[in-house]
Amino acid sequence: MNAEVRPIRTAAETGLIDAFERARSAQAGGEAARAIREEAFSGVVARGLPNRRVEEWKYTDLRALMREAQPIAEGATEADVSAARSLLPLQEVDALRLVFVNGAFAELLSAIDAPQGVTITPFAHALQSDARAALTLAGAPQGDAAVALNTAFVTSGVTITVAAGTKVARPIHIANVQTGPGHAAYGRVLVTIGEGAEATLIESFSGDSGGHQVNSTVGLTLGDDSKATLIKLQDEGFGTLHLATLAATLGARAELKTVALTAGAAASRQQIYLGFKGAKATADLTGAGFAGARRHLDTTLVVEHDAVGCTSRETFKTALDGEARSVFQGKIVVRPGAQKTDGKMMAKALLLSEGAEADAKPELEIFADDVVCGHGATVGALDDELLFYLMSRGLPKVEAEALLVQAFVGEVLESIEIEPLREALVARSERWLVARD
Amino acid sequence: MLSIQNLHASIEDKEILRGLTLDVKAGEVHAIMGPNGSGKSTLSYVLAGKDDYEVTAGSASLDGQDLFALEPDERAAAGLFLAFQYPLEIPGVATMTFLKTALNAQRRARGEAELPTPAFIKLVREKADGLGISTDMLKRGLNVGFSGGEKKRNEVLQMALLEPKLCVLDETDSGLDIDALKVVAEGVNALRAQDRSFVVITHYQRLLDHIRPDVVHVMSKGRIVRTGGPELAHELEARGYADYISDEAA
Ligand SMILES: Nc1ncnc2c1ncn2[C@@H]1O[C@H](COP(=O)(O)OP(=O)(O)OP(=O)(O)O)[C@@H](O)[C@H]1O
Ligand SMILES: [Mg+2]
Repeated sequence: MNAEVRPIRTAAETGLIDAFERARSAQAGGEAARAIREEAFSGVVARGLPNRRVEEWKYTDLRALMREAQPIAEGATEADVSAARSLLPLQEVDALRLVFVNGAFAELLSAIDAPQGVTITPFAHALQSDARAALTLAGAPQGDAAVALNTAFVTSGVTITVAAGTKVARPIHIANVQTGPGHAAYGRVLVTIGEGAEATLIESFSGDSGGHQVNSTVGLTLGDDSKATLIKLQDEGFGTLHLATLAATLGARAELKTVALTAGAAASRQQIYLGFKGAKATADLTGAGFAGARRHLDTTLVVEHDAVGCTSRETFKTALDGEARSVFQGKIVVRPGAQKTDGKMMAKALLLSEGAEADAKPELEIFADDVVCGHGATVGALDDELLFYLMSRGLPKVEAEALLVQAFVGEVLESIEIEPLREALVARSERWLVARD
Repeated sequence: MLSIQNLHASIEDKEILRGLTLDVKAGEVHAIMGPNGSGKSTLSYVLAGKDDYEVTAGSASLDGQDLFALEPDERAAAGLFLAFQYPLEIPGVATMTFLKTALNAQRRARGEAELPTPAFIKLVREKADGLGISTDMLKRGLNVGFSGGEKKRNEVLQMALLEPKLCVLDETDSGLDIDALKVVAEGVNALRAQDRSFVVITHYQRLLDHIRPDVVHVMSKGRIVRTGGPELAHELEARGYADYISDEAA
């Protein structure tokens, strides 16, 4: 780097630069990969970590949230893997299971007997065979700080391909567990669902209370007439910074459903970039979030209708206590020609304390004339009349509140069809309603 | 059982209860009648602990326990039950879940063990059958899509399950058809016991034909203005409240 005028770097920025220097020589993927990583990283260096003055990160000041850059995780020791066993959620759900401990694939905890028509390969293979495809998160803004940092550092993850016409009965669970001293873990999951194929993916994030920095990216490509369900449990330890990006593109008549339960991490941001590329596809994006103490929970999504007759629904519900803060930024874009688009977005936040705060920024950008689009956002407290009714039947205030919050997020979690999974997520939300942490 | 002395209560600086005194002994049924707006529902809410109201003077105790020192849930655990004039709808909270949570909360508060689910379900089915409440209704959101009469029956079901010491019924008869009125009255009568008292707020003699009161009170402008036996209800039915309203105005 030459001696031109540079902005003052934060400790985290300096730490990232050092980490990149150290990591680059050892990273897989050869020259092509190196160039892409270099480009992504230099963008972050030039702009610095995003702060309040960057529109997309206005409410989630990453520069302030990320005090320092944790060292890149160096895989998992035997002790880590054994510690991870008790931190691994959803074990009661019958699934193909790929477990990553501190970013490294843990075969001991995994069950990867992939059925006919399903190909599961390490992300490193994708890097070797086509670095550009592996390191371009199609559909997401490549310059976004979370995406670019992931592109610069990611070495672990998995590529899953479901062949055309294959209907995968068992869900595929990708578990990410962090344990031990604070570290940074970058992961990438690339999923292709072939024409007419069907699959359910479960993503879980959990870990101990160490100050981990988790940055995950998921690329999801749905072929024509395919169906995918993606269920995510974010239950990181309360010291963790969790950044996640989902980029999905849908072919004609494809159906995507996502359900996210966010209950962990000190600060988390889930980005979703969804693009409709073929006619008459549908997407149903939903989320339930819980945060107490001083936790921060951001959901940022851009749904881009670029094909005729597609339907999108976005429903995000958050309950906040203490001095927690939630952010919802949602944008529906309807490109010229995307006629007969039907898009509805709703974000609701429930404040259970005086100190909690919710910001919502729903937007519509419509460049076609024959569309039905709507959005709404509400922020409010629980209804006193309902609370009194419940309390008059003997429910202590916290229990009455819990029942009403369960009812509030109910429609999101109740829509999960796999019963043990639904029960596990409902149980997790019930635990939050007792602890309010 | 229930002792209310010189109770004054206001809402938004408007005094609604203005020196109300009422004594209900164990096992008794008291009816309170009175014109619209006289403060009957206010009395029931103040007893149950709705915090929109400010108690400015007076006292209320249940078996010697100061009600005003307790939160609404503690009052319920102490044995108070209010059947609401307008039961609320709570979408997303299944009636069955609600009943179970309520019953177990009260049992816990009284230091009793929670009822196991099978025993609970059997108990609810039994009581619900008697009140003509279908299994389908129990699965629905609390009072959601219930007719006016069904909501009132659901209030009585809750009362039957929770077995309170003092039941305050605020116009439980309004919105009930003739058959439902009988069913509800039977439900209430089945609960009558030596150690259980009732305060029945109503506008109509009809209910009191089924639930025979021991004492009838007339309430007007935030006070009990007359107290008598069951015959007082008949008198009111015939003559209306004109006497009491003009008395007050004079
Ligand atoms: N939130 C409120 N703000 C102001 N006044 C109120 C409020 N709630 C009740 N009141 C007034 O208090 C008075 C008593 O009301 P209440 O509901 O207790 O009467 P009631 O005797 O139950 O009447 P009804 O027979 O119609 O049920 C009425 O004049 C009513 O308008
Ligand atoms: Mg009333």
